Amino acid sequence: MANILLEMKNITKTFPGVKALDNVNLKVEEGEIHALVGENGAGKSTLMNVLSGIYPYGTYEGDIIYNGEVCKFNHIKDSEERGIVIIHQELALIPYMTIGENMFLGNEKKKGAAIDWQETYGQADKYLKTVGLKESSRTLIKDIGVGKQQLVEIAKALAKNAKLLILDEPTASLNESDSKALLDLMLQFKKEGMTSIIISHKLNEISYVADKITVIRDGSTIETLDKKTDDINEARIIQGMVGRELTDRFPKREKMPVGDVSLEVKNWNVYHPLYTERKVVDDVSIKVHRGEVVGISGLMGAGRTELAMSIFGKSYGTNISGQLFLDGKEVVLKNVHDAIKHGIAYVTEDRKGNGLILSNPISINTTLANMDAVSTRGRIDKDKEYAVAVEYKEKLRTKCPTVMQNVGNLSGGNMQKVLLGKWMFTDADIMILDEPTRGIDVGAKYEIYCIINQLVAEGKSVIVISSELPEILGMCDRIYVMNEGKMVGELMAEEASQERIMSMIVQTGESKGE
Amino acid sequence: MNKNNILQMVKKYTMIIVLVLVTLFFAWQTGGKILLPQNVNNLILQNAYVFVLATGMLLCILTGGNIDLSVGSVVCFVGAVGATLMESKNMNVGLAIAVMVLIGIAIGAWQGAWIAFVRVPPFIVTLAGMLVFRGLSNVVLNGQTVSLTSEAFVKLFGGGADCYVPELFNIGGLNGACLVAGIAVCIIYIFVQIKDRASRMKKGYETESLTKTIIRTVLICLVVIAFTIKLSQHKGIPTALIWVAVVILIYGYITANTTTGRYFYAVGGNEKATKLSGINTNKVYFLAYTNMGLLSALAGMLTIARMTSAQPTYGQNYEMDAIGSCFIGGASAYGGTGTVPGVIVGALLMGVINLGMSIMGVDANYQKVVKGLVLLGAVIFDVVNKKNDR
Repeated sequence: MANILLEMKNITKTFPGVKALDNVNLKVEEGEIHALVGENGAGKSTLMNVLSGIYPYGTYEGDIIYNGEVCKFNHIKDSEERGIVIIHQELALIPYMTIGENMFLGNEKKKGAAIDWQETYGQADKYLKTVGLKESSRTLIKDIGVGKQQLVEIAKALAKNAKLLILDEPTASLNESDSKALLDLMLQFKKEGMTSIIISHKLNEISYVADKITVIRDGSTIETLDKKTDDINEARIIQGMVGRELTDRFPKREKMPVGDVSLEVKNWNVYHPLYTERKVVDDVSIKVHRGEVVGISGLMGAGRTELAMSIFGKSYGTNISGQLFLDGKEVVLKNVHDAIKHGIAYVTEDRKGNGLILSNPISINTTLANMDAVSTRGRIDKDKEYAVAVEYKEKLRTKCPTVMQNVGNLSGGNMQKVLLGKWMFTDADIMILDEPTRGIDVGAKYEIYCIINQLVAEGKSVIVISSELPEILGMCDRIYVMNEGKMVGELMAEEASQERIMSMIVQTGESKGE
Repeated sequence: MNKNNILQMVKKYTMIIVLVLVTLFFAWQTGGKILLPQNVNNLILQNAYVFVLATGMLLCILTGGNIDLSVGSVVCFVGAVGATLMESKNMNVGLAIAVMVLIGIAIGAWQGAWIAFVRVPPFIVTLAGMLVFRGLSNVVLNGQTVSLTSEAFVKLFGGGADCYVPELFNIGGLNGACLVAGIAVCIIYIFVQIKDRASRMKKGYETESLTKTIIRTVLICLVVIAFTIKLSQHKGIPTALIWVAVVILIYGYITANTTTGRYFYAVGGNEKATKLSGINTNKVYFLAYTNMGLLSALAGMLTIARMTSAQPTYGQNYEMDAIGSCFIGGASAYGGTGTVPGVIVGALLMGVINLGMSIMGVDANYQKVVKGLVLLGAVIFDVVNKKNDR
């Protein structure tokens, strides 16, 4: 029996207002591939950040026992010294540096005070061979594809003498053959005695490589499945991932007869703004009726945000094609201003980055998207602006001393309310809410749901993009499921279940893998 | 509660308090010389270009801490072209002024276009402009000094010996026009305050406490009166002050009360959010730099009028004075915050330090050291203050 290399015992990590991890336990044996699965926001990445020392010792409760010793990592360097190396989902390579330079960044091979280039490139070439990459280590990162970059990351980890390799969604941006090669490489490392932890949504890949699977849900460990003793199949894993009851966390909504189609999108295609050959939204068609809440479900990176933003005055992507109908009439929205004028609002998922001006007061943020309504011939009526801000503060029950408070000092839930207020003030008919309850507590979520109900009661159309299945099921009349840029399913609320949606997503991922 | 209030007041008016303290310090060190009418007058004349340029620079800085390094060279170039046109080509003064304004706007638009639509970093574009227009000034002037003889021009832009608004009448050795103007400003200010209060009450909006309004109004009126008495003891209102006042009023109004002004703050606060609110952020950048060109032209005219000549070396380091005033006056180095009154206080502080040290006879090199440290100190204060706020 192999010995336990890593044990994480009763790990609890709280962020202000949110318990991200609650008594999580993880045991990894030496020489195995251990998979970590769970929905978005279940706590997988947080757990790995605790392990690697990004959240230093003392900011969490519980113990990390590695190689029989209790570890107190204060910094990512501490964990790397012990051989724990994490490869993040977003590649952390610098495009205008060579493979070799990237591989030893922060860990440079030195001869005295200078960098020993011979040693650097010699060693780099050696590691590249190990991962089976046929490139010179003097090639610039920007000149090789994503698949190869992922291999460079692994080679970089090996260069740090990794004993425990953690891969966060390593195949998320890879195509089939690259994914297969990467997984085979993991299996080969395993034969040589390497221990790995893999985080992935692609269940077919997990059942291909993993020896054990630990399921995390809502910040707690649900179960650990062992390939040797348990019968692992996808349905079994999905059940573990989503098996949560729906209680009355969602306010009731009067069933209303749905109105006319207010927004219709036909054969919508969008390409990535930088990698212009990459198709991000692929031939998508959706429609929304008045007084209806439509959900778009899918994993992160499924193209949901990209779809929404490209509809919202082409604020994302290039080479956008397809038809857009508002109330049955075809329109072309050239820019965001146009979209707002036509009664569309897009409430971003990134309220701090893309939604609000944190250094400005609530009042200024509330009117920013519709300043014409509080000004005459370019002159702002500040009293009116103030009154508007107070009105929305009261309507949405935003908790703040005054509307002159800077938005940056508010809690996540209250920020979200200010953001919603800003877009409600534009008097939009179609509200696209992107992850409207991300990172806010249960009470504030309930209030946001109430606001959504109120909006549709006024005859508006609401599109909710959410990665949380219970939210989609609890709030929406109709649900679209997206994966990898394509629309892969449409369900009425009555026929939808977490298992059905998840298997729609997983199955399309699988058909691609075969 | 009360303590907290005082602390907040101090925080809000830090720079004004510092300005008062610094002035008192120099009054003590120079034996009151700095407060002589002559010196108060000089403070305005010497720094007129700083007020004008700093106001324009504020708009650039608001968009995200972007600066314009070319203003000094543009000031020189506009002045060089204007002086050459008026002197060598005998162009009509009005026409020459129009040409100078247009050149300023054109230069601003040229730089603004690269910054806004091609997204070349402002630092690079304006560094290039700094070199280009300094070189062109030399070319236009042939490396020589052109003296200005047009009296109308010099008088209009506050240069020469008689650069004051006519006296009209004299009350016991005091300049009448100046006193009347000072009193008029006070009356207008009081009137606006009363009207604003009344209209708020009528609409049922919140008003600040009456004592607060009265204290502020009285303080401001006292400062204005004291200032005008000083000026009237000398030769009256310098014409340059009129230009400065007009610029401050217009831009103070734009930044505080118009949608256009709001856009500058929004872009600096969060450009992505501003873009997603349907605002054309490119246009905002373009406007900031085009406007900087316009105000550089005005500063150019003030400069050649004051010197009654144009020289290829004029305007050197003017950009630094403008940038320094903005940061000392509370504009954020990351953009999004800063006000016109704040910038004016910053410029005044720099001016007072300059003047005070000159009267004290401090070596010019040490003056630079002091100014540099004041700038650094102000920005450190700003950064630390913001950190504590969070």
